[in-house]
Amino acid sequence: MGIYSKPVVFAVLSAAVILVGTVVTVFIPMFMPSTQPVSPYVKPYTAVELEGRDIYIREGCNNCHTQTVRPLRTEVLRYGEYSKPEEFAYDRPFLWGSRRTGPDLNRVGGKYPDSWHYRHMQSPQGMFEKSNMPPYGWLAENPLDTRYSIKKISVLGYGYSATEVEQQIADYRAKVTAEDYDSKETRDQVTPAPLRGGLTEMDAMIAYLQKLGRDVKNLEAEK
Amino acid sequence: MSETGYDYRVVRGFAFSALFWLVIGLTVGLWIAFEMFNPVLNLTPWLSFGRLRVVHTNGLGLGFGLAGIFSTAYYILQRLTRTPLAFPGLARAHLYLFNTAIALAAVSLFAGLNTTREYAELEWPLDVGVVILWVMFAVNVFATLIKRKEKQMYISLWYIIAMTVTIAVLYIVNNLAVPVTLFKSYSIYAGANDANVEWWYGHNIVGFIFTVPVLAMFYYFLPKATGLPIYSHRLSIISFWSLIFAYLWTGAHHLMLTPLPEWIQTVAIGFSIFLIAPSWGSVVNGYYTLQGNWDQMRSNYLVKFFIIGITFYGLQTLQGPLQGLRTLNAFFHYTDWVVGHVHMGTMGWVAMVISASFYYMIPRITGNELYSVKLANIHFWLILGGQLIWTITMWIGGIQQGAMWKATNPDGSLMYNFLDSVTSLYPYYRLRFAAGVVYFIGILIFAWNLIMTVRKRPIEA
Repeated sequence: MGIYSKPVVFAVLSAAVILVGTVVTVFIPMFMPSTQPVSPYVKPYTAVELEGRDIYIREGCNNCHTQTVRPLRTEVLRYGEYSKPEEFAYDRPFLWGSRRTGPDLNRVGGKYPDSWHYRHMQSPQGMFEKSNMPPYGWLAENPLDTRYSIKKISVLGYGYSATEVEQQIADYRAKVTAEDYDSKETRDQVTPAPLRGGLTEMDAMIAYLQKLGRDVKNLEAEK
Repeated sequence: MSETGYDYRVVRGFAFSALFWLVIGLTVGLWIAFEMFNPVLNLTPWLSFGRLRVVHTNGLGLGFGLAGIFSTAYYILQRLTRTPLAFPGLARAHLYLFNTAIALAAVSLFAGLNTTREYAELEWPLDVGVVILWVMFAVNVFATLIKRKEKQMYISLWYIIAMTVTIAVLYIVNNLAVPVTLFKSYSIYAGANDANVEWWYGHNIVGFIFTVPVLAMFYYFLPKATGLPIYSHRLSIISFWSLIFAYLWTGAHHLMLTPLPEWIQTVAIGFSIFLIAPSWGSVVNGYYTLQGNWDQMRSNYLVKFFIIGITFYGLQTLQGPLQGLRTLNAFFHYTDWVVGHVHMGTMGWVAMVISASFYYMIPRITGNELYSVKLANIHFWLILGGQLIWTITMWIGGIQQGAMWKATNPDGSLMYNFLDSVTSLYPYYRLRFAAGVVYFIGILIFAWNLIMTVRKRPIEA
């Protein structure tokens, strides 16, 4: 048998064989509109939401939480409207996950007030005695690093100018530090006094969680 | 080593690197298995589940799996070509760089530098390192093949070539990213596309790390250990080409019922079912090789590892395609069922075959008898029992959780809240932890047995 004594030919042939399925199911779909639909209702993450998303990535939250609701009756009952491809247009990387040790989070935005999240992240067991979620109170002890926010937004091509990015950060900071912030009391409880005047990693994480699934409500309203 | 000029130092170096990362990876595994029913071990950010799970999968997949593959590939390559490694110095550099890279990878994942792409979590500077390591390996593979003295390439070499080529394509395409800083990058793909690329990679990295090279070991070491030729050469040809052709179409069965276009999911289901055929081609080839000589199951301790290993491969490749079916997937996906599935393959098939390959190789390259066949038998039964309890526990837990998620009251409302479905699994998680401890003891005995084998007498240069 010829090819079984020609290693280079064999390698080239193997490469050709593995590339057939790759081209058809991965490379060609990359350029099909169906894998990258856009919607005017789905907005890119703001700088603070993006920083929160990067913390979600850093802490590996995706190892326990999915972000895709399947079109199944009980799933829609439990989480809300099933996930649409348009929603993920700005997700680099995607965070759909593969295991639900904790619940799906694709529709968690707006489900609870910020104060709920501050308390829950600080101590999941304080809220649900038997929960196995790790506590993340220490996120409130880390000031948010926004040094690379402008660069990140520009790499991702979200279309916000440097001034807009700075404004987004300033606005969110003004929101959570305001006297009339509806979750002020809980935020002050979990945030060390010296950091209360600025943004912490926990603030950003909550901004991100509150964004999840918000746009789909507008999308559905249109249909 | 001596008379033929074969380079066995690198074989031995990678074998003991594999053992080292195996022990580390399993220790982390036990730690996170405990965290699943008692969060008290989330002591610091570095030890929180989200970060540690990735250290566990990478430590075992890259650290143990790859080192085991490099060790056996360098051995098989030299034996089957009857040619010493083309570049022994490069192979040695490969060994040192590999261990440095895995150590850096572990530290970076502990520190939270994680791209979230499953089984490709390393940040971009380490990705570059992995590609360099792979080129170093590939250069030796192809240079030695070109220089070879044995004209015909045996089955195991086909699998090693296919792995070398495919991993390069998978790894590079999936890890394309735009760096922001030295420690942070963003994928060049977005949303559904990103998911499709990642699971094309994720499924095939399992195929070309935990299947293809392990089959190379199986096809080489089973005949060697038994003195019996492979049952059918023709069957192995058909199995090989259909396996590597079909594998690449199936990644999307990990994305069933997600926003990925439905046709990609459906194509993946079809090819997944097709994959049963080439997988069982190798299973049948393994079983029939032993026909008329099944007494070796009793008389030859290595045969147990190979035959039970290929049996788990056969079960794995039946279970996988079935849980890829849309209706079954709707029930099992996101539960511990899948976790059980993966661990049958890794703890059953991969670890069994690598164990037996090392037991065959290490005495031969050191010129020493195996320290203890009795210990090898104890190792076999501990990892078999540990793995069975482990995986069966997870399957039952998975069925239970899937059922609880779907259960509704007569009025159509949900019967259980999510937390109920988690806390009801804690008894299973405790049992799984205990099974993991049994498995871990088996692996410690394995490592001890090989260390004592090498220690018996210094190697003659």
